[in-house]
Amino acid sequence: MKKSLFFGMLATAGIAAGVAAAGTLDDVKARGKLNCGVSTGLVGFAAPDANGEWDGFDVVVCRAVAAAVLGDASAVEFVPTTGKTRFTALASGEVDMLARNTTWTFSRDVDLKFEFVGVNYYDGQGFMVPKELGVASAKDLDGSTVCIQTGTTTELNLADFFRANNISYEPVPIETNAEAQQQYLAGACDVYTTDASGLAATRAAFESPDDHVVLPEIISKEPLGPLVRHGDNEWGDVVRWTLNALVSAEELGITSANIGEMAAAAGNNPEINRLLGTEGDLGGMLGLDAQWAVRAISVGGNYGEVFEKNIGENTPIGLARGLNAQYTDGGLIYSPPFR
Amino acid sequence: MPELRFREGETFRLSMLIYDTRYRSMTFQVLALIGFLILVGWLVSNTAQNLKDLGKEPSFGFLLDPAGYDINQRLIDYNSQNVHLRAAFVGLLNTMLIAVMGCALATVLGVLIGVLRLSKNWLVSRIMTVYVEMFRNIPVLLWIVLVMAILIETLPAPRAFRGENPEATMKLFDTVAFTNRGVYVPEPLFSRSLGDVHLFGQSALNFSVSVDLVLIAAVLIAGLYVSGRIRHRADKIQEVTGNRPATWYLRLGVVAVPLLVVLVALGFHLGYPELKGFNFKGGTHMRNSLIALWLALSLYTAAFIAENVRAGIMAISHGQTEAAASLGLRPNRIMGLVVLPQALRVIIPPLISQYLNLTKNSSLAIAVGYMDITGTLMGITLNQTGRELETVLMGMLIYLSISLAISLVMNVYNERIKLVER
Repeated sequence: MKKSLFFGMLATAGIAAGVAAAGTLDDVKARGKLNCGVSTGLVGFAAPDANGEWDGFDVVVCRAVAAAVLGDASAVEFVPTTGKTRFTALASGEVDMLARNTTWTFSRDVDLKFEFVGVNYYDGQGFMVPKELGVASAKDLDGSTVCIQTGTTTELNLADFFRANNISYEPVPIETNAEAQQQYLAGACDVYTTDASGLAATRAAFESPDDHVVLPEIISKEPLGPLVRHGDNEWGDVVRWTLNALVSAEELGITSANIGEMAAAAGNNPEINRLLGTEGDLGGMLGLDAQWAVRAISVGGNYGEVFEKNIGENTPIGLARGLNAQYTDGGLIYSPPFR
Repeated sequence: MPELRFREGETFRLSMLIYDTRYRSMTFQVLALIGFLILVGWLVSNTAQNLKDLGKEPSFGFLLDPAGYDINQRLIDYNSQNVHLRAAFVGLLNTMLIAVMGCALATVLGVLIGVLRLSKNWLVSRIMTVYVEMFRNIPVLLWIVLVMAILIETLPAPRAFRGENPEATMKLFDTVAFTNRGVYVPEPLFSRSLGDVHLFGQSALNFSVSVDLVLIAAVLIAGLYVSGRIRHRADKIQEVTGNRPATWYLRLGVVAVPLLVVLVALGFHLGYPELKGFNFKGGTHMRNSLIALWLALSLYTAAFIAENVRAGIMAISHGQTEAAASLGLRPNRIMGLVVLPQALRVIIPPLISQYLNLTKNSSLAIAVGYMDITGTLMGITLNQTGRELETVLMGMLIYLSISLAISLVMNVYNERIKLVER
């Protein structure tokens, strides 16, 4: 097995170079399918529904890119990746992009040679404990056993947090969210820690979510966003501006309900016209056609609609917009202008 | 190889490399070797070139950067500020721990099951057949996950031990706690401890060894050696006189008395686990990841070893058993004195490969979150530094070294016990 892994790595290293040389955009067009790395299953963000169709906040980004590039939101091959396998999958060319609640950090951007195209969710690491433990603050967790997904930034934040507060803990490393859930519910660990949004999503899947509390401390900054390989700027631009199109659509009041009408003919607002391709040729500059953004937005609506439908307050996950509101509403979600 | 001698008056011509049978095989071998080397060279240069294009030239400098992550199970001191190299060392020791524990238990179980499978008792032999077929025909990963799931789901959480009328209590006179986080057993403590010896100073690979434990081990080994000499002497007396002197009290004495003296001198006592806060404190904590991996690997490999043992025993001609029986030996003695010593030379060579299998299978540890070398160096370190090629190459080298070392030791043992033919 070791040997085949070695040759496999040699082979994938070879393929990776081939992909980079040809250009991911041309590759995806030629293949007619987008390979998108997602998580192995996190309700609300990326999980297969009852019919086996992938759905969620991160999945919409994949589908929007596929719609923009290929004109078909279902032309996506979803590749489930764990915290450990995701970067190798992207670096080796197995996937064209990752939309997998991945934290944008310096070393991932610079040292691991990836390109974060933006932030689609501003998050922070939190702790969840059973209510019956009566813990009110993360600083009361001295001596506790903590379940943690291995290969994530949360692992490093956790070590830093407990060291900074001079309290001890016992980490239980776990590969996927599902295993963590099992161990946590069985009481094999006292605490489960991951991004606060992930905690909310996990808790929503419990039989009795009210028996568990998310502690008030948020111990880190976790800007989550889609990423692509370093060095293929055309492809990076496509993914970046697809995400920005969703964000701008909310700011400009373009929704899944009115987009057909707005895209039919040029209106009064030149930015809407440029975005929807009724004026200028932004799509051509990206190597796409004029209707790219219309198709991307039609997949699940604008950023706000996607948020409300998948993880918003009326869903079982119940996340408030908070930091993820538009900048006009006091949040951090902000798209550079389309011009 | 053909004789490379020239007949009188003959000189060497280049075409002889192909047409002359004396050279031909050599020519093709050289060509094949050149082709093979070119292939290897191409693979290496292609990899190097592609890594360069990705901007990831191979470098091992990351090993001296702080690791940043914590490891729960460690045999030596480690914290998140230590370097990646030390994290890898912690993982390596964990791999060796599970390999040694696994091989020992698998051997004991395997020999027992192999012998019982040949039992004349129909029920016992059938049960053992079922055991062997069940374990060796289901992938070991499933066994590991199953054992872990059983441990987590059936044992009580530490918080079940709390309160006036706890749902769970400690077992064995309140000394051992079975929880779904592992088993807490009493730990040996020394009130007049001799301290530790620190080896390798301040380097990343430094570790300490407890002088107390070394002393106890030394006394125990010396006692066993003297006991062996006493038995040897008794054998000689028996051969000469036919009477065997009673030696059991002497042999027990030379082992037990010095040991007790040392234990009393060191102030030996047991530290019991106690529920404090979230977890049990004190005592030795055997994590359920370790237990699950250990049990599953041992049970799985034992099924293979049992088959080796059975094959070894059946290789000994039945006539030997009958001959021994006709000399009046009891069945236990026949097995111990006649059959097993001869069967060993058939059993040992396949046993080596079972030990190697167990060691390599221990790399499945991450399935239950046991931090072995695959989990630290080739898991978290790989993921945090993005150095796939370097870490995997290092990991392969480490497994290769461990496996070759096991092979070497077992081959030496095999040399010693194999049949000496005259």
